[in-house]
Amino acid sequence: MTAMTAGRVDWEVVVGLEVHCELSTATKLFCSCPNAFGAEPNTNVCPVCLGLPGSLPVLNARAVEFAIRIGTALGSRIEASIFHRKNYFYPDMPKDYQISQYDAPINVGGSVELADGARVGIVRAHIEEDTGKTTHVGGGGRIHDADYSLVDYNRAGVPLVEIVSAPDIRSAEQARAYVNELRAILVATGVSDGRMEEGSLRIDANISVRPAGSLEYGTRCEVKNLNSLRSLGRAVDYEAARQIGVLESGGTVEQETRHWNEEEGRTSPLRSKEEAFDYRYFAEPDLVPLAPPAAEIAAVVAGLGPLPAARRHRLGALVATDGMPAPVDQLATVVGLGLDDLVVAAVEHGADPRLALARAANEAANRPVEARALDAAAFAELVGLEAAGQLSATQSKAVLAAMLEAGGEPQQIAARLGFEALGEAELEAAIDGVLAAHPAEWARFTAGDAKLAQFLLGEVMRATRGRANGKVVAASFQARRT
Amino acid sequence: MTAPFSRDDVVYVARLARLELEADEVDRYAAQLASILDHVAAVTGLDTTDVPPTAHPLELANVLRADTPGPTLPRDEVLDGAPAAESGRFRVPPILGEAP
Amino acid sequence: MSATARERPADAIRTARAVRAGEVRAREVVEAALTRIAAFEGALHCFNTVTADAAIAAADEVDAAVLAGKDPGPLAGVPIALKDNLCTRGVTTTAGSRILESWVPPYDATVVRTVRAAGAVVVGKTNLDEFAMGSSTENSAFGPTHNPWDPNRVPGGSSGGSAAAVAAGFVPLALGSDTGGSIRQPASLCGVVGVKPTYGCVSRYGLIAFASSLDQIGPFAATVADAATLLDVIAGHDPADSTSLDVRPAPLANILDEGVGGLRVGVISDFLSDASPSVVAAVRDAAEVLAAAGAAVEEVAIPALMLGLSAYYLVAPAEASSNLARYDGVRYGLRVDAPDVTQMNARSRSAGFGPEVKRRIMLGTYVLSAGYYDAYYGQAQRVRTLVARGFDEAYRRFDVLVGPTSPTVAFAIGAKTKDPLAMYLSDLYTIPTNLAGHPALSVPFALSEGLPVGIQVLAPSLGEGPMFRAAAVLERGADPEARGPIEPRLAGVRR
Repeated sequence: MTAMTAGRVDWEVVVGLEVHCELSTATKLFCSCPNAFGAEPNTNVCPVCLGLPGSLPVLNARAVEFAIRIGTALGSRIEASIFHRKNYFYPDMPKDYQISQYDAPINVGGSVELADGARVGIVRAHIEEDTGKTTHVGGGGRIHDADYSLVDYNRAGVPLVEIVSAPDIRSAEQARAYVNELRAILVATGVSDGRMEEGSLRIDANISVRPAGSLEYGTRCEVKNLNSLRSLGRAVDYEAARQIGVLESGGTVEQETRHWNEEEGRTSPLRSKEEAFDYRYFAEPDLVPLAPPAAEIAAVVAGLGPLPAARRHRLGALVATDGMPAPVDQLATVVGLGLDDLVVAAVEHGADPRLALARAANEAANRPVEARALDAAAFAELVGLEAAGQLSATQSKAVLAAMLEAGGEPQQIAARLGFEALGEAELEAAIDGVLAAHPAEWARFTAGDAKLAQFLLGEVMRATRGRANGKVVAASFQARRT
Repeated sequence: MTAPFSRDDVVYVARLARLELEADEVDRYAAQLASILDHVAAVTGLDTTDVPPTAHPLELANVLRADTPGPTLPRDEVLDGAPAAESGRFRVPPILGEAP
Repeated sequence: MSATARERPADAIRTARAVRAGEVRAREVVEAALTRIAAFEGALHCFNTVTADAAIAAADEVDAAVLAGKDPGPLAGVPIALKDNLCTRGVTTTAGSRILESWVPPYDATVVRTVRAAGAVVVGKTNLDEFAMGSSTENSAFGPTHNPWDPNRVPGGSSGGSAAAVAAGFVPLALGSDTGGSIRQPASLCGVVGVKPTYGCVSRYGLIAFASSLDQIGPFAATVADAATLLDVIAGHDPADSTSLDVRPAPLANILDEGVGGLRVGVISDFLSDASPSVVAAVRDAAEVLAAAGAAVEEVAIPALMLGLSAYYLVAPAEASSNLARYDGVRYGLRVDAPDVTQMNARSRSAGFGPEVKRRIMLGTYVLSAGYYDAYYGQAQRVRTLVARGFDEAYRRFDVLVGPTSPTVAFAIGAKTKDPLAMYLSDLYTIPTNLAGHPALSVPFALSEGLPVGIQVLAPSLGEGPMFRAAAVLERGADPEARGPIEPRLAGVRR
C-alpha cells in the first residue's frame, strides 16, 4: 500500500484494472476469418464479422478452450454462461452491438499472485468480440480534430477475454506488476502472445482515492486507452494526484470516463459525455448457452503446465539453498520470459544456481527467443567456468552472447575469443604493473579509502584485457596489504 | 409499473437509436407508442412469480465451430456497396467522441 | 405444354417429374412463368426484382444436366420466388426498405443455395412489408402488393409478394419468412398453402433478421404436397446457424396420404370469439371434415395464448431494435451525409426507414432500456413461457390444434393503416406459435364473399408430420374454388 500525503491527510489510491486480452486463435470468435495482425485493411473479413444483413455468429471452440485455460490459471470457477448483446453505435462496430457476456460470464472469481507475493483478486473474466480499428485523417491523427476517419474491420470479431480485477491494487507500481504477471500467465498458458505494442493486451483502469485507513471507496474514474505499462503507471499517478487535488480543495470527484493523453501526460474527460450509456443488454438470441462439460474442463486443467507464480517458487527454492532468498526481480524476469526451465536444467547439470539465475536474468534475457533454445548443458558449463574463476564475468558474458548468436561450446568460444584462463603468475605481474603505475592510489587504498578498489580493479581489467577475475584480484589486493 | 410513453421518452429512445425526428413527428409517435404500450402493457400486471423467462424456444447448448480458417470476402466485394471508401477502408465523417 | 399468358403452371411435383423425365424443358417452364409475370405483374406488384436472364440461364443448366444424365434435383426446373429479405448473391436484396434499396449481397442465404442445388429456378425477389414488419405489405417502401383475388385488397403480410405470386400462378413455389404470422396470414388471405416450420428447422443464415428468436423461413405453394416437398428440401441442420436444430422432421412428402384416423384434434376456442362469422363457420366446417375423416375432434380453451400478442409486441421490437442497428450508413445501404458520424447515422436511418420500422425500433429500444427491462422485456419473456406452457398442456391431450389463421378475409388497402394496433390484431392467432417455436400452417379451405379463408393447423415442435396429414385432409375437404392459383382479378377487368 502506498500512502500519499498531501495537505493534512494521508491518501490511498485504489485501482481496479480491466485487461482485454486478444486470444491467439487461428480464427475469429464467431467466424472463420483468419485472426492475424498486420494484414491489408479489410482483407480478413466475411459477412459475419462485417455484420452484413442476414449473417449469424457461430462460436469458436478454441476460444472457449482458451477462456477455460485463463479461468483455470486465475483460479476462477468455470461456470455455465450465455452471451449478451451490448448495444451502442460506433463506426468500428459492424453490427452496432457487441456480442459479450453480461451477468452470466464463463469465469467467476480467482486471484493473481504477483512476483512479490502480493495477491490481487479477480472478479470475473468473460469472452467477447473485438471491434474494428479506426484511423483519423487530418488534425494530427487525433480523433477530436480529424477531418474524417477510416475504418478497417480486420480486427472486428477477434476473440477477447476481458479480465476484471478487484479494486485491490494500491499503487502505480503494483498496477504494472499486476499487468506484468497477467501477461506472463497469458503467455505461459499459450492463449496470447502478450504483445502490448500490437494491441494484444489493452487496459482500462478504474482509479479512486480515499483517506488512508478508510474502508469506503471514493468515487472512481475510468481511464481508457492505456496500452503500455508506462502509460498505465503514469496514468495512475496522474489521476490519483488529480483526484486528491480536487478533494483537497473541497471539491467532489465526478464519476466519469477519462482518456489518457500520453503526450501531455494527463487524463481528460471524454467529449461524448452527453451520450447515454444505456447498453440495453439482452441475451443474444443468435447463440445458445455455453456449458462446458466437466471432462473438458478437467482436460484443460490437466494440460496446463505450472503457472508463473509456481515457477518462481520452484526456481526461488533452487537458488535459496544457500540460505539467502533469490533476487525477486531476477526470478520475475527469468520466469516472465520462459527461461526458468533453462536455469533449472543448468542447475541439474551442476551449475551454481545463483550465478545461473543471474546470467539468465541479466544477459540471456536480452535475447529471449535464442535463450529459450540454448543448450542447458552448455550453459551450465559456461556458468561453471565463471564460477571456477577460469573466466571473468566480462568474459563469461561475451561467451554467452556468442552462444546466443550462433550456438557452440563455451570452451571453444573462449579459446576463439582469446580468453585463455589467466595464469596466476601473469595476473600477479599485471597487478604489479598497475600498482607501480598508480602508487598514490594504492597508498590511499591501503590507508582505507575503499572507493579506490574499483579504480584499481578497472586498471587491472584493462591490463589483462578483461581476463582477470574480480574476486581473485580483490583477494590479491588484500594479500598485498598485509 | 407502467408509465405512459411520453414525448421525452420518444426523444430519449430516438437519440439512443439514432433516429432524427421533426417536432411534429415526435408528438405523433409519442401518441402512437403510448397507445401501443398501453395495450401491450397488460402483461406487466401479470403474476409471473416462479415463471422462468424463455430467452429461446430451443434447448440447444454448446454449439461450437472448429478453429479452422475459411474463405474471406475479396476486398472489392467488401467495399463494393460502401457509401464511401478510401485506401481500402470505409470512410466516415468525423467521429466526435471515443466509444462509450 | 404451350406457353401462353393465361396458362397457369402445373404444380411443382408434376413439373419437376416432367423435367427430370425429359418430357418438358425447364426453359419452357420458366419462359411460361416469365410470360405470365410480364402480363400481370404490373397490376399486382408481387416482385421487387424479376431475374429473367438469370432464370433462363439457370433453366438451361437444368436442361443440360438432364441431357447429360445427371440428377438435376427434386425441384428440377420449378420456378420459385424468394421473399426480398433472403440474401441472393449478385441480386439486389432490399428487405422492402429504402435503406437497402440498392444493396447487392455478396453471398447467398443457405436456403437459396439449397433450393438452387435442388434444381429450382429463382425468377425473382418478392415484395414485403419493410423488414418483415407488417401484416399487409403496405409498409413496403416500393408500394403495396395487390391481392390477385381483388386488386383493391391487401395480400396480407409481411410475405405478401410471395403469397400473391403463388396465388396468381406466377410460380408454383415461393419462400417467405414468418415471425408473427407473416407466411400463414398472407397464405390465408391469398388462398394458398403457407407453412411456418418448427423454429430451428430451416437455417436462418442469410435471412435479413427481424426478430431472431421468432423468425423462420418457410414455403408457399398452391398444394399441401408441394409445400411438403419444398419443406423437405430446405429443412435440415446448417453449421452456419447456431440456432439450427440437428434433428429434423421425417420426410413429409410420403406421409401425406396417411390420413387422420385416430388423430386427436383440438379446436382452439379462444380464437373463435373475435373472428368474423364466416371465418368461424369455416373453422367449424373444417372440424367436421377432420372428424369425418376419423379424427377425434374437441374444443379446447388455451387462455394463455391470448397473452401472446402483448408479449410479442414487446419481444419482437426489442430484438428488431438491435438487429436493425447495423443500418447506420457506414458500410452499405443508404447514407445521407452530415458533418459528423452520429448525425450521419441519424439522417441516414431517418431517411431510410419507414414509420412502422421507426415505431418498432423506438418501442424496442424503450422496453430494453435501463429501468424498464424487467417490467417489459423481462416480463414478456416470462409470458412467453406461459404461452409455451399453455400449448404444452394442450398437446398432452391433442396431437394437433386447429383454428382460424386470420380474424378476417383480405381487407381493403388502406383500411388498417391509420391505427397500428388495428394492424397488429391481424396476427392474434398466429403469434403464439412463434413465441413457442412450434410449427403451424395455413391451408385454403373456404370462400367468404369471394375471398379465401384459410384454416390454421398447429403442432408441437417437430410435429410437422401430423400437421401435414391434417392439412392434406382439409385440402381434400376444402372448397375447390377457395384456392389459387387463379386468374388475377385486375382493376377494371370484369370476369
